[in-house]
Amino acid sequence: MVGALLLVIALAPALAILLIILTRRPSLSTWLNLIASIIAFAAAAVLPWLAQSQAHVYWAGYIIIDALGAWVVLCAAIVYLLASIYAVGYMRLLDEEERLPVFYALFAGFALTTLLGPMMNNAGLYWIAIELTTLVSTFLVAFERAAESIEAAWKYIIVVSGGISLALLGTVLFYWAGSLVIGPSYDMTWTALRNAAPHMNPTLLTLGFLLVLIGYGTKAGLAPMHTWLPDAHSEGPTPVSALLSGALLNTAMIGIIRYLSVVDAADAGPLPRITLVALGIVSLIVAALFIVRQEGIKRLMAYSSVEHMGVIALGVGFGGALGIAGALYHMINHSLNKSLMFFGAGSMMRSYRTKEIGGIHLVSRRFPVVGALWLAGAVAITGAPPFGLFASELTILRAGLETKATWAAFVMAGLLIVIFIGFLNHFRIMYYETPEHDNGVQGTVSAWCALPMWLALLPLLGLGLWWPDAVWGYFGSIAHALGNGALIGGSPP
Amino acid sequence: MLTAHLNPLASSLFSLIAIASLLLAFVMLGSRWLRHYLYAFAAESWLIGILSAAVGLYGNYPELYLIAILTVVFRGGLLPYLIFRIIRRLHVSREVHEILQPSSSLVIGALAVIFALGVSSRIGSQLGMSGTVVVLALTVMLSMKLLGFLMLAARHEALSHILGLLVLENGIFLGAQILVPGMPLLIEIVILFDLLIVVACFGLLVQYLMTHVGTTSSLELRRLVG
Repeated sequence: MVGALLLVIALAPALAILLIILTRRPSLSTWLNLIASIIAFAAAAVLPWLAQSQAHVYWAGYIIIDALGAWVVLCAAIVYLLASIYAVGYMRLLDEEERLPVFYALFAGFALTTLLGPMMNNAGLYWIAIELTTLVSTFLVAFERAAESIEAAWKYIIVVSGGISLALLGTVLFYWAGSLVIGPSYDMTWTALRNAAPHMNPTLLTLGFLLVLIGYGTKAGLAPMHTWLPDAHSEGPTPVSALLSGALLNTAMIGIIRYLSVVDAADAGPLPRITLVALGIVSLIVAALFIVRQEGIKRLMAYSSVEHMGVIALGVGFGGALGIAGALYHMINHSLNKSLMFFGAGSMMRSYRTKEIGGIHLVSRRFPVVGALWLAGAVAITGAPPFGLFASELTILRAGLETKATWAAFVMAGLLIVIFIGFLNHFRIMYYETPEHDNGVQGTVSAWCALPMWLALLPLLGLGLWWPDAVWGYFGSIAHALGNGALIGGSPP
Repeated sequence: MLTAHLNPLASSLFSLIAIASLLLAFVMLGSRWLRHYLYAFAAESWLIGILSAAVGLYGNYPELYLIAILTVVFRGGLLPYLIFRIIRRLHVSREVHEILQPSSSLVIGALAVIFALGVSSRIGSQLGMSGTVVVLALTVMLSMKLLGFLMLAARHEALSHILGLLVLENGIFLGAQILVPGMPLLIEIVILFDLLIVVACFGLLVQYLMTHVGTTSSLELRRLVG
């Protein structure tokens, strides 16, 4: 059953790509991509239920679907679906009719690689999947062919390839450390690594982990390796921004989580977790500084992604049942909310014909419904109740207070407040300040663009108000499967 | 473990190749001319191909012969040829803007090698392998990584960036051959193909850069800040 679902998730985008390339018809490619995203989402939605009790391994041990992987696949599939709906409306505005098949083929390919990444059971294959996401998405970032897009794509591929090559070095060191225990040739599965970890050399393991952390941390957008992120997120077409931020970053984060559980098994001291927490704090600091004085609307959202990856890194770094639960809960909230924010930003950007925050004004008067949705999303993304992010950030704070690194929790709380004020101040300007000279707006936001915003906001509200016991149990089982590691002896209740 | 019972001849051959590759990395670091840079890269790839074959011979890993051929054909032949074509088409023969003079980057590179030696000799002594070819392989792997990053940071020409990235990967290949010759074949093949795709991507991007930005120097890439 799970195997069949995995096949569906992989084949739906793959078939869509094939048919798009064969037919090359703009309108047909739009529908093919949309149908593929609906099928992939439907299959991914039931995956967590089926994978909760035990991990399923397929294809000679190369593919795994466990509770953690299923959760990240679900997050990616949600964003793929929302972004595909939004793309129907948005790509019409770009007026690139004849290049639509190319766009959708690449878009489905990008979604396919992000969906496959979390399923990889072999550390080397996981690296290849992450590298493939870079290769495909570079062309999407450069799609608009403006000088800025190409600059962003170039920075993206250079910075991320350089970073990811560190992850490859780390992977080789892990394999080497394992080969001293298991023997010269073995399948580098996560389980094999975790089982061999207690006998591996701790220094080598720590070095390998730090390299992997920097490598995949570059891809996940943790500061100070985040430099590609604001450019790539702001210069690509908006559906691509959403997929980059909401799906790709999580796919890179899962690698860090899996490697961390290997290092936990080896009991290699607190350094790996301390480094992860430090990267999280640095990400929050960088995000806070750049959010407060940001001028570009999509760059604002991009720095908010840096912030959220920082929060997830803190949750994972604190560890324990609470930390993991908070981090994973934050992942799905981030996926939903960041899609919503990018969709709103994209629509406003097109309507006001500017990328600057200063050029957008009186949004609620011009776009009552979409404006309200976007504002609600802005309140949600800064972590205000009653939305899901409040719950997940609070959980991570609690996890932090239970460890000995309480300072990190206090710093995190302070920076989140700074970001709250800075972020919402931009929205105050866009919504309530009367402009000196009014450029007017162009057109309306189509139903295709408004629908995914509803679809993102309503579950977000639901996740904030009601957190079922089953979800707690699910996160608990993931934390247990990862070995319940936590920072400096702080044990969960 | 291959390196545990290695005859002295093989051990010195591996060391020789590793040190020669490191020297070639320094040649790249010190050269102003992109063409020399490229020749050094091709020679380094050939050396790594020879190393694969030697490890295959002495360690009895027949699949490494295939990897040796792939390395020589792709990284020693096809990749340099493709980049050479781009160089000719773009009419960039040398690095125009340099943040660091080649001489000062050589000094920094030497410091990087000392740092790498420090790290790897510590790990080597913990594993009880100090003085073996393992420490050398680890040193070369880490220092080529650092040198590659130095090349990426100290140069602006887009082509130097591509070559810098390739040096990063060369270091890993070299180290991996000696340290983990048993790493599954699948992965190494895919990495080779992966690199081809990278270069295809890069060639395309360089063209884009030329047509739209008008230069291949990353110094001009400063529209997106903050």
